Amino acid sequence: MAEDTILEMRSITKEFPGVKALDDVNLTVARGEVHAICGENGAGKSTLMNVLSGVYPHGTYDGSIVFEGEECQFGSIVDSERAGVVIIHQELALSPFLTIAENIFIGNERARRGWISWTRTETEAATYLRRVGLRDNPATKVADIGVGKQQLVEIAKALSKEVKLLILDEPTAALNDDDSGHLLDLILELKRQGVTSILISHKLNEIRRVADKVTIIRDGHTIETLDVHGQEVTEERIIRGMVGRDMTHRFPDHTPTIGAELLRIEDWTVHHPLDRERVVVDRANLTVHEGEIIGIAGLMGAGRTELAMSVFGHSWGTGISGTVHKRGVPIDVRTVPAAIRHGLAYATEDRKTLGLNLIEDIARNISAASLGRLARRGWVDQNREHVVAEGYRAGMNIKAPSVSVLTGQLSGGNQQKVVLSRWMETDADVLILDEPTRGIDVGAKYEIYTIINSLADQGKGIIVISSELPELLGICDRIYTLSEGVITADVAREAATPEQLMQYMTTVREEDHV
Amino acid sequence: MSATVGAPTPDEGVLRKSLSYLSGQLRQVGLFVALIVIVLVFQGLTHGITLSPRNVSNLVVQNSYILILAIGMVMVIIAGHIDLSVGSVVAVIGALAGVLNNKAGLPWWVTVILCLVAGALVGAWQGFWIAYFRIPAFIVTLGGMLMFRGLAQIILRNTQISPFDEAFRQIGAGFLPDLGGGTSYLEPLTMVLAAVAVVALVIQGVRARRARATHGLTVEPMAWFALKTAFMVVLILGIAFLLASYRGTPIVLVILGVLVVGYSAVMASSVFGRQIYAIGGNRRAAELSGVNTRRVNFLLFVNMGVLAALAGIVFTATLNLAGPSAGDGFELDAIAAVFIGGAAVTGGIGTVGGSIVGGLIIGILNNGMTILGVGTEWQQFIKGLVLLAAVAFDVFNKRRSGRLAS
Repeated sequence: MAEDTILEMRSITKEFPGVKALDDVNLTVARGEVHAICGENGAGKSTLMNVLSGVYPHGTYDGSIVFEGEECQFGSIVDSERAGVVIIHQELALSPFLTIAENIFIGNERARRGWISWTRTETEAATYLRRVGLRDNPATKVADIGVGKQQLVEIAKALSKEVKLLILDEPTAALNDDDSGHLLDLILELKRQGVTSILISHKLNEIRRVADKVTIIRDGHTIETLDVHGQEVTEERIIRGMVGRDMTHRFPDHTPTIGAELLRIEDWTVHHPLDRERVVVDRANLTVHEGEIIGIAGLMGAGRTELAMSVFGHSWGTGISGTVHKRGVPIDVRTVPAAIRHGLAYATEDRKTLGLNLIEDIARNISAASLGRLARRGWVDQNREHVVAEGYRAGMNIKAPSVSVLTGQLSGGNQQKVVLSRWMETDADVLILDEPTRGIDVGAKYEIYTIINSLADQGKGIIVISSELPELLGICDRIYTLSEGVITADVAREAATPEQLMQYMTTVREEDHV
Repeated sequence: MSATVGAPTPDEGVLRKSLSYLSGQLRQVGLFVALIVIVLVFQGLTHGITLSPRNVSNLVVQNSYILILAIGMVMVIIAGHIDLSVGSVVAVIGALAGVLNNKAGLPWWVTVILCLVAGALVGAWQGFWIAYFRIPAFIVTLGGMLMFRGLAQIILRNTQISPFDEAFRQIGAGFLPDLGGGTSYLEPLTMVLAAVAVVALVIQGVRARRARATHGLTVEPMAWFALKTAFMVVLILGIAFLLASYRGTPIVLVILGVLVVGYSAVMASSVFGRQIYAIGGNRRAAELSGVNTRRVNFLLFVNMGVLAALAGIVFTATLNLAGPSAGDGFELDAIAAVFIGGAAVTGGIGTVGGSIVGGLIIGILNNGMTILGVGTEWQQFIKGLVLLAAVAFDVFNKRRSGRLAS
């Protein structure tokens, strides 16, 4: 089969002092295909894409890159973009206070002699927005549109650079199912328009849905390239390639021992901090028992995180009403210190901005919520702190040479283990885990599930918030569905199906929408 | 100060180990080396005046108030704030001290206590707006800079107050009593104090090492520990020798020594210090970990106010004069000291020790250039360049280590 090859990366080797991040990696991408790259965190996917897009300039790696039949020696991102290779990073690079149109043409302004032509900017922006299926006014500020739409703006921006090869790094990591679906459709639409895409993703169902080929990278080596349309490529097959072992079970087996009622949230109502009239959580009732793992399922904007954070020390929202009982006794959760004192813990969905101090080491991040326990009369026992942290490093399998490593240098899975360690150290009774496996590779996910199960086995109550229904169905004993701030159902795991949960998650109460 | 690099593999040689350890400590070592180089350069250029006993004594006294301010400032900057008002607070506290000590005739200790309380109130005022109203510290303290400068002028009615009584003046210009009766070649008390400091330093160092070892934690290489301790010992004894051959230990040096040791400990291992680093590193994460950020921010500015008041007292006592333009530009020297000392503009990083060394670098530049007769215009120019170079070195260093890590 004579395929037209758009990109060939030949025996790429990239070394950092002491580490060989890429070792003789080969990648061939045919014109007009969607080529997925998957591998565990730290496998070298991002390094490979950084080599391709000129973030690591020519000369800092070995091997050659042939793009459109020509050998490329990109010295910077500017060079690679000029050639038509555009990378969209996981963290979006948009300026929130500029308009959609301005963002699309940042660094690529529609201008004559240094003066911007606003008519051209807006009309051309509108054209690109149509191509990505976004009907918003190009004059809207980026801060005013959702993350899903922002992702589309990023793609429109790439299109404006006359992209030939679009690289998407975990594009749906921050999106809900609807937005993800839309984005995946768009990738297919762009494929019809002749844009070749490289898709880096953890989500195997997405790869199955849009990709033509998938290249698996493990520990800096290319393991194999599979044709997704071939029959033998199942999710299990891909996972096996990524982790180097069979993973027939994505979720560890767990038999719960459920005890007495631990936490009860009653009539919990929360209003939006900026718009006090807007009800974000509406008279929610929820209970969790000792040793029980409950799930909260809801689409983005349903109020999941808002519910969790408002319970955890009123750290989100205003006009909060309702009561929280622990073991039948009402408790005060109006401040975070009070919530922690009453044995609550909240591991955030947003590790980097709300969870960790990235410029501080592992030990200090683990001790952050329990300094009081590690201190005597206001003075921290630093040796004990290190011993405690070392215990978690070993016990939780945090991959770092010592606890003096900065958390900013860890992979997502290891960062999440640091966050979990922090809350385990507070000896909390109820742990609220908000998207505990977001941005984490398959192998580490399994480890996190095992940790969650062992916490439940210690008699703790676990509340898991997740966008991934299979995850909730895989680990929870009971699942609450949340739709527009209202708890619409409380389903036991045995009785739950994804279709039924999705239906409850999209239920809208009639009386609220006259 | 606290973090150690991962355990070296056993097959590495001692030299290799020490070198790899050293590269991890590049910032701290570099700062000290820079200080030493600057001292030696001026020592040569001034034909030995820089390290003459008299000049060293002057250096301590003339830089003490900036160093006191730098201690408070580094804490404020680590938390991600800034304080532009400290120079004006120095002026208003000086004026208050003048009214209390000179006009009202209150004894020195009443004056000092009231001044420190006033400093706390000033800090509480600013801390209130910053912590509880969430107004950026830049704005609040810019306002404070103008307000307190004005207040100083109002209190002084645009004149100066002088003199202060003898006891008050001792705080800035006095020395510990000369046990040799002024006849001995080396003032004994200074040498005794230095010996005590050296012994304390060594014992503390060995103890900390042993405690880490018994907890099964990695300790820094022995050679490096020995070298570092020996260096500090030589430094302390050297300074003591110079001071003892002049008039002995300045009282401000005792004040400063207590502050440096105390605040270093607070920042390294108190819960309060940890919370300051946590807030500077990631405020929202700190809040969600149960840190009462408002309280910490408030206390931080109260603390800064007290230290600024102390700097005001020392400065006024040294000059024996309270004037409306006292402390003009001190805030900039203190901020420069902190950044030369390795603090990050974005917060979360910095040490008390680093800021002191940064302050000394500025102080020695000032002192050396003045001895050489360099005009203030060039002094300003060169100080600015040094600040830029120090921060550029930081950025370069960070980028290098970032490459190593990724």
